[in-house]
Amino acid sequence: MAAAADFAVELQQIGTRFGSRSVHEGLELAVRRGEILGLAGGSGSGKSVLLREMIGLQRPTSGRVRLFGDDIDKLDTAQALALRRRWGVMFQRGGLFGALNVRQNVGLPLREHSDLDDALIDQIAEWKVALTGLPPDAGLKLPGELSGGMLKRAALARAIALDPELLFLDEPTSGLDPASSAGVNELILRTHALFGPTIVIVTHDLELLWQVCDRVAVLGEGRVLALGTMTELSRHTHATVAAYFTDARSARQPAPRASAQAPAASHG
Amino acid sequence: MAEPSSPAAAGSTASAALTPATEGAWAVTGNWTLQGLGPLTLPGTLPAAHTPPQMLEGTGLLALDSAGAWVLKRWLAAAAASPRLHGWPPRAAGLMNQVQADAAAPLLQLARRSFLHRAGERAVAAALQARDFLRFIGKVAVVAAGQWRQPARWRWRAVLHEVEIGGYDALPIIGLTSFLLGVVVAYQGADQLRHYGANVFVVELVGYAMLREFAPLIGAIIIAGRSGSAYAAQIGTMVISDEIDALRTIGIDPVQRLVLPKVVALAVALPLLTVFADITGVFGGMVMARSQLDIGFVEFVDRFGRVMQGSALLIGVGKSLVFAFIIASVGCFQGLRTQGSADSVGRQTTLSVVQAIFLVIVADALFSVAFNMLGL
Repeated sequence: MAAAADFAVELQQIGTRFGSRSVHEGLELAVRRGEILGLAGGSGSGKSVLLREMIGLQRPTSGRVRLFGDDIDKLDTAQALALRRRWGVMFQRGGLFGALNVRQNVGLPLREHSDLDDALIDQIAEWKVALTGLPPDAGLKLPGELSGGMLKRAALARAIALDPELLFLDEPTSGLDPASSAGVNELILRTHALFGPTIVIVTHDLELLWQVCDRVAVLGEGRVLALGTMTELSRHTHATVAAYFTDARSARQPAPRASAQAPAASHG
Repeated sequence: MAEPSSPAAAGSTASAALTPATEGAWAVTGNWTLQGLGPLTLPGTLPAAHTPPQMLEGTGLLALDSAGAWVLKRWLAAAAASPRLHGWPPRAAGLMNQVQADAAAPLLQLARRSFLHRAGERAVAAALQARDFLRFIGKVAVVAAGQWRQPARWRWRAVLHEVEIGGYDALPIIGLTSFLLGVVVAYQGADQLRHYGANVFVVELVGYAMLREFAPLIGAIIIAGRSGSAYAAQIGTMVISDEIDALRTIGIDPVQRLVLPKVVALAVALPLLTVFADITGVFGGMVMARSQLDIGFVEFVDRFGRVMQGSALLIGVGKSLVFAFIIASVGCFQGLRTQGSADSVGRQTTLSVVQAIFLVIVADALFSVAFNMLGL
């Protein structure tokens, strides 16, 4: 149990099949407490499916998912509810409720899971909205009125509403311009510094992988092909992994950040 | 990285407490988290500070989350104090400092508007929508006129497909509803007519009521709920997924490609459905006349042929043609007005049904007045 407590998420022998198509086979992955782990991989490599399996929205065909050392299949209703209060999820398209404004969206988990009075919930929600760098009038806007970058920030504000220990981010920078996605990268790091959650990020944004993630797992062929810091992965010899990085990097300049990132990446 | 500032890592269930320690110093102990706060989340449950606290002692603090930090901040704000933090775990101190640093600005609230203001806004919006609707009908008419000269460009297959799903597939529900309506009309009439021994007039009653009013109206109402809403939902979904914009950029007019086939199809289907509703409705009346008023089928049909005027049928079918235009154009119009997110599709669909039924009944009332003046 001592070893299990060191990991926020453990995936053991995960297999996922859709009909005859196999997405994962014997997949093993462990996310250490407090680290920022990137899940990379080409389209169709099962990144998002794996994320849905971690948060219990989908059951793997075989294998076990353990969160904080507990098998999520074996939890009773009360334990499952307690677990849900310890994580926050940010969905790719925000998942914000269209009928509620941003402040109500962020306040909803607090209203649902605490006895705090409305005034304080509104204050906390507004503070979280401000933390994500949204302008003061954003709290009263409906999700439909926000731009793509603002929507991602609002979604993150709701994901961190309960100060989760474990934060799942699905494509936090997809569809954003470089400036906005750099802003989101910085925001994720700031959230990590302030609340110290374990963060699992599904992405194929190399900028995000380099700048934010402590370690990165590359999915392919139904398993984790490689796991390590970006510096390690960029020297990886597996053809698929190498292609993933060299293809994407040859389009840009060789990143000098690689060396600057190395000391920081080794602490995870 | 896992510091005991996160609630679970602390592992303890000690609840939060705030106690005066030495002069001007207060000890913050336990789990200052959503779970650990317990009743302290309620205002006024924390002990009152008579002098502003100078220091907060945090050596006994197990965990702090933003809810705890805000409860503490509110307590400090009430005492007008900004004390030093002493012996706090680093992450908790970081969070507390961040919460303390961010001023609790008064929350923005939506401006309250007076009743008159809102009524005025809605009136203007309704007027603008009415103008847009007229413009849309004009556009449909212009496109239809343009198509008239190029019969080869008519998309007959689409029209026939719409006739099938909007007309043929609706036959059972329309037939059954109309039959029941005929039964109801005859039943209500039978009671009154029997008093005067005027049983046989049930033929006129059922005939005129069904042919002139009920068959076109019930057909229009069912089709508004069935096809008008489907048109709005289909076009609305296409707006959300940028398909309408894609059509425009390819150089295809959405009105010509999507709206016109639906309008034409409904203009064909609804009058035919109305004739079908006439038949089943009158049949319903016949069944009732035989069982309640001793008027056999043969006698009923014989009298029906002698007393009914052809104009009753034509008036009903003519009205249903107008209703068809109303339903199809309202449905497509509301579908095209969809904007933003998916819940807008639902709103526009509801609106299309409500407006179509309302306009159908308004049109029916206008027809009654007009026919009365014309003596039809």
